[in-house]
Amino acid sequence: MQNLPDSRGHFGPYGGRYVAETLMPALIELEQAYKEARRDPKFRRELRTYAREYIGRPTPLFYCANLSARLGGAKIYLKREDLCHTGAHKVNNTLGQALLAVRMNKSRIIAETGAGQHGVATATMAALFKRECEVFMGSVDVERQSLNVFRMKLLGAKVTPVDSGSKSLKDALNEALRDWIASVRNTYYLIGTAAGPHPYPMMVRDFQSVIGREARVQIMRREGRLPDVLVACVNGGSNAIGLFYPFLKDAGVRMIGVEAAGLGLGGSQHAATISAGVVGVLHGNRTYLLQDEMGQIRETHSIAAGLDYPGVGPELAWLHDTRRAEYTSVTDAEALEGLKLLAETEGIIPALESAHAVAYAAKLAPTLPRDHLMIVNLSGRGDKDMQTVARAEGVSL
Amino acid sequence: MMSDEATDQRGREGRIYQKFAAAADRNQSTLIPFIVAGDPDLEHTQKLVLELEARGADLIELGVPFSDPMADGPANQRACARGLAAGATLPRILATVTELRRHTQIPIILFGYFNPIFRYGCERLCVDAKRAGVDGLLAVDLPPEEAAELAAPARAEGLDLIYLLAPTTPPHRSKVIAESATGFLYYVSVTGVTGARHTLPSDLEQNVKALKKITQIPIGVGFGISNPDQAGAVARFADAVVVGSAFSQLIEANAASERLVTMVGEFAAALKQAIVGARTPKQE
Repeated sequence: MQNLPDSRGHFGPYGGRYVAETLMPALIELEQAYKEARRDPKFRRELRTYAREYIGRPTPLFYCANLSARLGGAKIYLKREDLCHTGAHKVNNTLGQALLAVRMNKSRIIAETGAGQHGVATATMAALFKRECEVFMGSVDVERQSLNVFRMKLLGAKVTPVDSGSKSLKDALNEALRDWIASVRNTYYLIGTAAGPHPYPMMVRDFQSVIGREARVQIMRREGRLPDVLVACVNGGSNAIGLFYPFLKDAGVRMIGVEAAGLGLGGSQHAATISAGVVGVLHGNRTYLLQDEMGQIRETHSIAAGLDYPGVGPELAWLHDTRRAEYTSVTDAEALEGLKLLAETEGIIPALESAHAVAYAAKLAPTLPRDHLMIVNLSGRGDKDMQTVARAEGVSL
Repeated sequence: MMSDEATDQRGREGRIYQKFAAAADRNQSTLIPFIVAGDPDLEHTQKLVLELEARGADLIELGVPFSDPMADGPANQRACARGLAAGATLPRILATVTELRRHTQIPIILFGYFNPIFRYGCERLCVDAKRAGVDGLLAVDLPPEEAAELAAPARAEGLDLIYLLAPTTPPHRSKVIAESATGFLYYVSVTGVTGARHTLPSDLEQNVKALKKITQIPIGVGFGISNPDQAGAVARFADAVVVGSAFSQLIEANAASERLVTMVGEFAAALKQAIVGARTPKQE
């Protein structure tokens, strides 16, 4: 299981490299460059140094005494990725890939973004490493995440709103791919989630695995044993695979991915790809997709802009089929409750994405014994979502 | 990979091969218009295909609309959206081809993205497409590395699977792709998405000639070619000239016009004239 993907980027039947021929040579070159970098002590040293001194790693593993007491079950720990520079786990990956872009002498970096966290993390790295930066963002997301748009602009990035299709993350990805097809010779495409054509799912997983590696050491130090259960929100799934991956061989550790059920799985207003999707091919990889009977991709909905994508990373799809990971979903309303619960009990306002994991943890914890150890990935902080939360609460700011 | 003899024998009975062979005998290039099925509706698609043939099209690329056409520029994106709105699903597109086959033998290639094919079922699609009278398939986002599940049933049904080559494709890779190609190779003229360009790359001719040294398979050139001058220039060295976005734009601008079909036909005729005039015909 630790040796996936295979040499052509497949995780079981998932993954692969389904792109227009124009991009194939670039992906092969990227894979080569990444494999060399990964073996290069200088690259690894740089990655470690920036992770420590710029991102602020290691992030804490925080024991939620109040929340655990309130729920009356498992001991809940939070992996505090919200404390990373820029406010979310996304930066773990953008650091790694930006260092790779520098190594590959690419003068320009492009990215897609949904909630804007990946866009901000990319713009941040582009500023640090003096690269030109353009971020594609669905026009619906530009509106609902205006704070992050402003941050990206301050960081010197060009933000290009995308008006096609559902005007959200999948359309931003289409537009970034279109740009890359034309600019591939001088441009590095910095994909933000553990999906897309090989080698992205592998590379993003590797850069995000720092989350699970740290959590493993921290829980061992604190409790003297491995956790019983890991909980993370899943859409593309970079924070989930980052937490899960270092525990894959530990058969006693349950892994639970929480998808966005939006207004409910009964209708079409959700983004629960594994819970309600079927296998297909989009954006360079084979995986579960929300699509109609004719293979057209469906529009999705989640209150969390960062969970509003109709696909899921291929490795998470494979972990589903092999039953190594379990998947469930929570609604917009439940996620809002999760956000408020954590704010009240622990003084931590999670991102709406991470609030999905918190909401499920709150459902699960009371059913578990008191000596059970649960780690919830708090993938991002909630500042960016205050407008959305206020609107949902009927408050005008 | 197949041997050279096997390469030479592939698809010889097919309409695509015959069409290219006949054009080569006359020292002529060919015209391949691309239109999205269902743009503006499937009834028009039938009329447009017949008109295109009457005005000189040699093969037809029939676009299968997809919700996320990530290798297409704005003109074809909008054409896809119109096709989807008109209900141009694969079953209805195949029904349209079945109907067209009562009137024409022009080679028809379904051109689109992989997911609608995958969802339909690769094997089922090949069987149904062959029965409908389709000659070839091209899935933009299905490179040879991932194509086995479609290539096998396509071969079994005698459908050509058309592969793309790009300006970024290195020579050794072009050679490998050419060895598994059937029908023709589609050379993407520009490093970019589909859509009209004012000028085509200066090294286009040189690149196509380099490809012709490594393969016997006909080479069509597309992406960016939008007027008769460009079509004529490309026809001097390419076996086929593909024009797509310019048709999508013409259809978009005149979708409500009674003269839509005529105007599309006139544009095809102008392209064809430039293509025919580009080379000296071979004397019998």
